Amino acid sequence: MALTSPEISPPVIDSLERKNSFRSLFDIVMTVVVAVFLAIALVPLIAVIAYVIIQGGSRISLDLFTQLPPPPMVDGGGFANAIVGTLIMVGLAALISVPIGILIAIYLSEFSPPSVARAIRFATNVLNGVPSIIVGVFAYGLIVLTFKTFSALAGGIALSVLMLPIVIRTSDEALQIVPPDVRWASVGLGASDYQTVLRVVVPAALPAIVTGVTLAVARASGETAPLIFTALFTQFWPQGLLEPTPSLAVLVYNFAGVPFKNQQELAWAASLLLVLLVLITSVIARFATRRKIY
Amino acid sequence: MTVRNPSSVTRPRSDTERILDQSFLWLTRLLAYAIAAVLLAIAFQVLVQSLPAIQRFGVGFIFSQDWDPVKESYGALPMIYGTLVSALIALLLAVPIGVGIAVFLSENFLPLQVRTVLVFLVELLAAIPSVVYGLWGIFVLIPILRGFGVWLFENFGWFPLFSTQPSGPGMLPAGVILTIMILPIITAISRDSLASLPPELRQASIGLGATRWETIIRVLIPAAFSGIVGAVMLALGRAMGETMAVTMLIGNANTVNVSLLAPGNTIASLLANQFAEASGLQVAALMYAGLILFVLTFIVNIFAELVILKVKKF
Amino acid sequence: MNLTLSGLATPLAVATLTFGLVSCGGGSPTPTADAPPGTAPIVEGKVSLTGAGASFPAPLYQRWFSDFNKKNPNVTISYQSVGSGAGVEQFTKGTVDFGASDVAMKDDEIAKVERGVLMLPMTAGAIVLTYNLPEVKTPIKLSRQTYTDIFLGKITQWNDPKIAADNQDLTLPDKKIQVVHRSDGSGTTGIFTKHLSAISPEWKQKVGDGKTVSWPTGVGGKGNEGVTAQVQQLDGAIGYVEFGYASQNGLQMAALQNKEGTFVEPTADSFKATLSAIELPANMRAFESDPAGKDSYPIVSYTWLLAYKQYDDPNKLKALQAAIDYGLTEGQQVSAELGYVPLPESVVAKVEAAKAEMVAKK
Repeated sequence: MALTSPEISPPVIDSLERKNSFRSLFDIVMTVVVAVFLAIALVPLIAVIAYVIIQGGSRISLDLFTQLPPPPMVDGGGFANAIVGTLIMVGLAALISVPIGILIAIYLSEFSPPSVARAIRFATNVLNGVPSIIVGVFAYGLIVLTFKTFSALAGGIALSVLMLPIVIRTSDEALQIVPPDVRWASVGLGASDYQTVLRVVVPAALPAIVTGVTLAVARASGETAPLIFTALFTQFWPQGLLEPTPSLAVLVYNFAGVPFKNQQELAWAASLLLVLLVLITSVIARFATRRKIY
Repeated sequence: MTVRNPSSVTRPRSDTERILDQSFLWLTRLLAYAIAAVLLAIAFQVLVQSLPAIQRFGVGFIFSQDWDPVKESYGALPMIYGTLVSALIALLLAVPIGVGIAVFLSENFLPLQVRTVLVFLVELLAAIPSVVYGLWGIFVLIPILRGFGVWLFENFGWFPLFSTQPSGPGMLPAGVILTIMILPIITAISRDSLASLPPELRQASIGLGATRWETIIRVLIPAAFSGIVGAVMLALGRAMGETMAVTMLIGNANTVNVSLLAPGNTIASLLANQFAEASGLQVAALMYAGLILFVLTFIVNIFAELVILKVKKF
Repeated sequence: MNLTLSGLATPLAVATLTFGLVSCGGGSPTPTADAPPGTAPIVEGKVSLTGAGASFPAPLYQRWFSDFNKKNPNVTISYQSVGSGAGVEQFTKGTVDFGASDVAMKDDEIAKVERGVLMLPMTAGAIVLTYNLPEVKTPIKLSRQTYTDIFLGKITQWNDPKIAADNQDLTLPDKKIQVVHRSDGSGTTGIFTKHLSAISPEWKQKVGDGKTVSWPTGVGGKGNEGVTAQVQQLDGAIGYVEFGYASQNGLQMAALQNKEGTFVEPTADSFKATLSAIELPANMRAFESDPAGKDSYPIVSYTWLLAYKQYDDPNKLKALQAAIDYGLTEGQQVSAELGYVPLPESVVAKVEAAKAEMVAKK
């Protein structure tokens, strides 16, 4: 940028020029600042994942996916049952929370009077701040005590309560941003309300909704506290939806706290797998929704 | 914000269509009320379980610093303080960084492919289980921060926030780990809000002679403001409710200490620590603390609503 | 990790080997319904039991039930550590088939269980004081007065004359003592503070005992692993953890002064001496917070499996009885290997006898 010398420039131009150079300098500084921010955010990500790989990477093998967790002081083993359990419970939670969450978001952004929307958004925010352990106690009282047994069902429901606020709030924001013209156009072509919403508005907001679902799945698959009170754990294969069910998160929690090296390594390997599972979910979700975007 | 129910201006509908429309509307409405009902049910359950402690300690619970299960004397002031301070540290660090990254990844600073990969990476931060954050925090973050803490204490020890010898675990490591944990929430949602703004906004602003960053700060961020606030509120809720990682790093001392280098405690961490082994009045006291967390989230959300209203006036 | 099996008794080694073979066979999804040749199945059909409770015996129980499942493939028993408090609650509500607790159950808690309660000591554990003083090579000796004062925050330096008096042969560093305690409610804290209350009136009056107490000094770590991590990181730290945890991690452990005045190192022998000094009453709920005996290590405690006196399902009853039986016989040999204290034979006999009180509902 041109730097002008004050002696030869008239004061007005000088101030304009200086303002300009200040403005472009500001642009450069801000760009550098956010780039540095990004670097700052990536440092812990790389550090944490590197740490997990160092601690558990050596244990990544086929055994993890085929064998049951070993008891203390026994070599080898895997956590095939916990992978299955996590898929069942997170799947169940997603099955409950994603459609319900999106429908609620539709109500909030498309149909509801502003005051009602505000109240329900408010409730959703508060629900989001409820510690996971209290959600666990809630599901314990609601389902475990009713069925008199710990179960995948109870675990899935507890996780869905944790996922719902994230799905609702992200879908809500995503739907609100869809320009009104899109709706007018659809209605103008003779579509009814639900057609407009489901066929036009939701697809337009899909990428952002997928982000929300990914965040929610990520949160749910790593949660321990609600599962300990609802799904419990078992060293064996999950037997059914109404039986105690193992999960990777509880396995990590259990095995991180014991002094036996084999189990500790498995805990790290399980953490690594959790991260990979979320990564895969996210990639698949994005890939599956990409085509539908206009 | 949105145009609702534009159907009134168009052609009359067939009965089936009208019924479908109505049932769809009612389905979404019912579910929306159901979510409020779930919240009330949880709050009610917590309230019922906390009644013995409420009767015994009353409002004094909020101001007492005592947490002694042996003498059955409970107070939650240190945890209330810790919950607010640790969440505040996390927000102060994560909001500028998160929104900054969101801007960086939504504007065309970088080629699209690179941005897509980076967006993925940042979202991965959300996928790491909190136990893992806790263990990593103990073995990696705390040793690093201790060096920094000692430096702060030696050079700025006169400043109340840094007035104690760092003990390792404490408010600062807990705040930093929370920052890392909420960063993906803020970044991902803010980025989506920014990315979905109509391109005309940028074009118009640039066309009027604004620089790229003037456009971002004066036009784009205000336009995406409600989305960003939504992101921040989700993040704040997460920060206040987070248990495992905070428990492992905060030092779990039930005292109020202004210094960020001293150990503290949060309500969620207190619950995680003591719930499994608690019985009788202690359970009630823990639930009372949980109830206070509800109220805190409530207040914080009201505050956020007010901020949005204020901003919308301009 | 490489494990030597040399220390194991033969039946166990066989069990482990069988496990290894089964594992090598690749993922056989569900255990097959037939028992290994030569043994008659203890129950017909598939039985699965669920237990929850104390975290302290969790590794041992999981090992037992896993080994037991190898011998009886139609019986799967899951145990999950949720904490003694939550364990007792779930046992009372009947969501589990058995519970486990480090502090047994109180009489009013027992009264709430309609199906009746049996408290069966299955193993015992010791609590050790671990510290981080790289320059001190041999175990430091701590007298009853000293370690109480350390946890009361009255002794703050490692070279305090009171500590030095018992450790003439050691050069103690001029370092600050950093106390590390458990932040989570735990039976370990309960047993440790009960012991401190028994030996020090001042502790009893100022702090008292419980699964969570209001500590006069120090920082809190969550779980044994949290305390261990902090002791390892802080030069001059001291904390209490379960023996199994300290021995597996190769931590330094202090020799503690017992009731008779001798300094006793935490070893399998000294724990055994303690248990033989504890008299078990009929309900088998015994806490000896300050055991007698010259060779007794001072902080050792039983841990209990909580069983109902009545079971609706006779198969569940049979399976649980057989599993308890396994734990009392072959299981005891594993317990020492995992850092637990095997039961004295007299106690095994008592538990065997008590087991008969479990009956199927008619």
